[in-house]
Amino acid sequence: MLAGVCFGDEPCLLIPSRKTTIKHANVLIFFLFSQENAGQFFSSGHTNNWAVLVCTSRFWFNYRHVANTLSVYRSVKRLGIPDSHIVLMLADDMACNHRNPKPATVFSHKNMELNVYGDDVEVDYRGYEVTVENFLRVLTGRLPPSTPRAPSVINEQIHCWILPLHSYTVVSYIKCHGGNGFLKFQDSEEISNVELADAFEQMWQKRRYNELLFIIDTCQGASMYERFYSPNLMALASSQVGEDSLSHQPDLAIGVHLMDRYTFYLLEFLEDIHPASKTNMNDLFKVCPKSHCVSTPGHRTDLFLRDPGSVLVTDFFGSVRKVELTMETINLTGHIKQWEESAADGEPRKETYSYSDQLPVSEIIHQKPKQKDWHPPDGFILGLWTLILLVFFKTYGIKHLKHIF
Amino acid sequence: MLRQRTHVTSRCGRVMDRRRSSEPRRQDRVTVDNNNMGLLSDPNRRRALLGLLTRLNAPICVVCYMAGVAWFMGLAFEPFTLRTYMSENAMGSTMVEERFPAGERALATGREFAAHKKKTGGMPVDWLVRTMQARGLEVFTQSFSRTLPFPDENKERYMVKGTNVYGILRAPRAPRTEALVLSAPCNPGDENNQAVGLLLGLAQYFRNQIFLAKDVIFLVNEHDLIGMQAWLEGYHHTNTTGMDWSPLQGRGGSIQAALSLELSSDIITSLDLVLEGLNGQLPNLDLANLFYAFCQKIGVLCTIQGKLQRNDWDSVSGYSHAVQTMMLMVMKQASGRPWGDHGLFLRYHIEAATIKGINSFRQYKTDATTIGRLLEGMYRKLNNLLERLHQSYFFYLMPSLSHFVSIGYYMPAFGLLAVILLLRALDLWVQLMTPPPRTEDGVIDIEQSSPGVLSVLTPLVISHLTGVALYMLPVRFQEMAVEHFPVSETEAVVLTAIAVYTAGLALPHNTHRLLAGEGTEQGWRVLKLVAVLYLAVLLGCTALINFSLGFILALTLVPVAAFVTPHVPKVLSAFILVILSPACTLLFSVFFFQELQEMPVSFQDGWVLYLSVISQGILDHVLYGSLVYPLIALLVYPCWLLFWNILFWK
Repeated sequence: MLAGVCFGDEPCLLIPSRKTTIKHANVLIFFLFSQENAGQFFSSGHTNNWAVLVCTSRFWFNYRHVANTLSVYRSVKRLGIPDSHIVLMLADDMACNHRNPKPATVFSHKNMELNVYGDDVEVDYRGYEVTVENFLRVLTGRLPPSTPRAPSVINEQIHCWILPLHSYTVVSYIKCHGGNGFLKFQDSEEISNVELADAFEQMWQKRRYNELLFIIDTCQGASMYERFYSPNLMALASSQVGEDSLSHQPDLAIGVHLMDRYTFYLLEFLEDIHPASKTNMNDLFKVCPKSHCVSTPGHRTDLFLRDPGSVLVTDFFGSVRKVELTMETINLTGHIKQWEESAADGEPRKETYSYSDQLPVSEIIHQKPKQKDWHPPDGFILGLWTLILLVFFKTYGIKHLKHIF
Repeated sequence: MLRQRTHVTSRCGRVMDRRRSSEPRRQDRVTVDNNNMGLLSDPNRRRALLGLLTRLNAPICVVCYMAGVAWFMGLAFEPFTLRTYMSENAMGSTMVEERFPAGERALATGREFAAHKKKTGGMPVDWLVRTMQARGLEVFTQSFSRTLPFPDENKERYMVKGTNVYGILRAPRAPRTEALVLSAPCNPGDENNQAVGLLLGLAQYFRNQIFLAKDVIFLVNEHDLIGMQAWLEGYHHTNTTGMDWSPLQGRGGSIQAALSLELSSDIITSLDLVLEGLNGQLPNLDLANLFYAFCQKIGVLCTIQGKLQRNDWDSVSGYSHAVQTMMLMVMKQASGRPWGDHGLFLRYHIEAATIKGINSFRQYKTDATTIGRLLEGMYRKLNNLLERLHQSYFFYLMPSLSHFVSIGYYMPAFGLLAVILLLRALDLWVQLMTPPPRTEDGVIDIEQSSPGVLSVLTPLVISHLTGVALYMLPVRFQEMAVEHFPVSETEAVVLTAIAVYTAGLALPHNTHRLLAGEGTEQGWRVLKLVAVLYLAVLLGCTALINFSLGFILALTLVPVAAFVTPHVPKVLSAFILVILSPACTLLFSVFFFQELQEMPVSFQDGWVLYLSVISQGILDHVLYGSLVYPLIALLVYPCWLLFWNILFWK
């Protein structure tokens, strides 16, 4: 336990290597503890952030979607989340596309100012591996044992980026294919907002996150978070229902748009953030005013317990591993031996692996059910009309119709 | 209720009239429990409706005809049309950087090509192969030969021998599964040298670009469409027209799109886009959109049918300009011939268009570099394609390059004309079904008046045999005609066609009397019913494939079908019938087309043109498989003969 406090996320590297079949519950509880213990030392407990970055679109003309995702990848990595804690899903390989005039690069700014496809991009799921199934498996932790690397160890803090889908927004008249309430994956399948909300609820019930930030940049993006009901969720979207999310940064040499508007301004915002920044979530909500975005970005905080104004952006985007220097000698070997012993015999550890305090969902969400406009039941009007017509014909008979002619 | 309805319908179908006299009681019962029946299954109401349709038949037909024509004319009115827009996401906008620098060098290459062409007196194959190889292409040649059925006097060729030269630029990093084609015909004389020069210049430029994801095939074809036909057949391993060609040694992937370039001067004032292909097929509208978008971006004047688009749609001259443009497209499409070298690509579902450089007396000139940049931009966008062009329309008319009329808007114009045929058919049906003046014994009366099958079948067979003669004889008997008359082969073919056509007028009428005795009232009605329905099906099918042809035929044949009976004044009607026959329609179309192109001709010249149009039509059929000539000869003309037959019914 103490090792967890001192060295941040190192235990999570130890556990899967030693016991690959370990239950996720154990891991999560461990980290939950570590966070609480950490709270005694540091003001912010966000030492163990995870990022899931997803780009679901293929094809060369969706270059900007890959660039979007890679630029966020760059930002979160810069702010301290290590590759081991980033699950990056890219549906297409723009750097090696035959049409790319600058092979092995993905630029996010005009005039090739910023190459976001650096030397060290670790893509976890690529090409046809980016499916709804894999995405949900990553979120809920139900990965098959054959999964090579361990994105299975997910932690208290996930911020989940679902980055652009098929928002065909090269020019304003082209319509969106990511529609109201669903999200396209690769032209072949889609995930609905209900499925996504259920996935998050499952994560919550399995204690896979403490707080979760969800950002989506697609047409009608706000429809994706409106069904969420799990606690401690904060959600952002680039556009409201009925709106298109638009592109930015046309580049003539590459011949495509390099970024989407929302992500572009978000990236500009994140570039100014450093691990000690005090910018809070309210600033994040304002990154792309309508004058810049053309679409209206939306956010949802009613599920989130804390006041967004008091939540630092780095709480999600950064992963600060606090190190305290001490002159005292700590005998680490003793601890590790003790832990190994206890893990080996198994029995005495059992008491500690218990849910500490489960947050009852109903108490957290003080949400009233939406007041709906009253509608007559389906088919009622149809039935009424049928009745009227029947009565009419029974009374007068159809033969009077011939007078019309 | 449903059971009752079927029960009643089966009984009061078409035997109703016969039953009326013999079964009064059952008839009554049917009428009584009919209160809740559908409109057509109740004999009373059906009679009311039919009475209405028969009484108002003529006015409704006239109104439909006027409405059809008015609808068609309204299509060119700009508020009724849609602006063109790019539907294909993969091509998106015109957002590319065109950097083609070497227009002057391309023109120099063109001059070199011209010199070698003059020296060899034909296509300089060796020089082309060397030049293309020097530019880093994989170069292949294909030789072909073809003997035309009769000499083509327009292009002065009979036994054609030629060679196509093509170079394939392989996509540097992509699998070689898809290709784009840029072609330039090698024309005799001083024509089109600049196009070949620009083609070679672009080949050199593209060779140094790494963004190509498709093979680009640079093709220089000899003898325009014949060479193109040989190359396309060789490429696709088909042989539809019995031409001799050597198989292709090198191939690229499946061709996604093609452009054919015609350029005969160093500088141009505008670029003209030609879309109409074989049998009136059109490329996907996105190809036209792409061309228009790049012209707008680069600032080149662009035209369609040689006409610029104007902004003053609300003025009379602006509207008539749009009508002219659209009518030119309709005429060209109806002719069914390929109006540029791209025309044959469309048969293989390859989107293709011809781009023609026009040098007129405008101030604003465009140089070869700019055209090269335009082509570079278009090819770069086509290179981005992931699937064949399919997002936009395949059936459309264009009143200007920036506006189009889709199939949903123009089809009602034809539908209104076709409805007339159905209304007339209904009218005839009702006339046939109403009992003739009542005699004592109804059954015998009907037996007498129902015409024999022979009286209908005979004219049908004879007119179709005439049609077959019109289709077969002109080409078969040209030698015989040349021996007996002092005419050339081409004239022989055309004159034989006209002779057979005219002979057909004399031949078939009243032939039914040979077999079936005196023609009856009922007889011509049945024949006309058959003819009207035949025409409706024929025109409907034609309009689905080639709207323009179907509409022009409907415009002339529908009035004929509507008014002709044996009882109208013979001489006047015969005159009208001849005026509205397919051959005269073609004659008027020739004059009208010249008028639209602002090149009016005298009657003498028009007649010569008419003869050459007929010979071209037959040649197009034999050489490229155009279907207009067989359609007219084998189906439309016999159908018209049926109406001719009805007029002279005795």
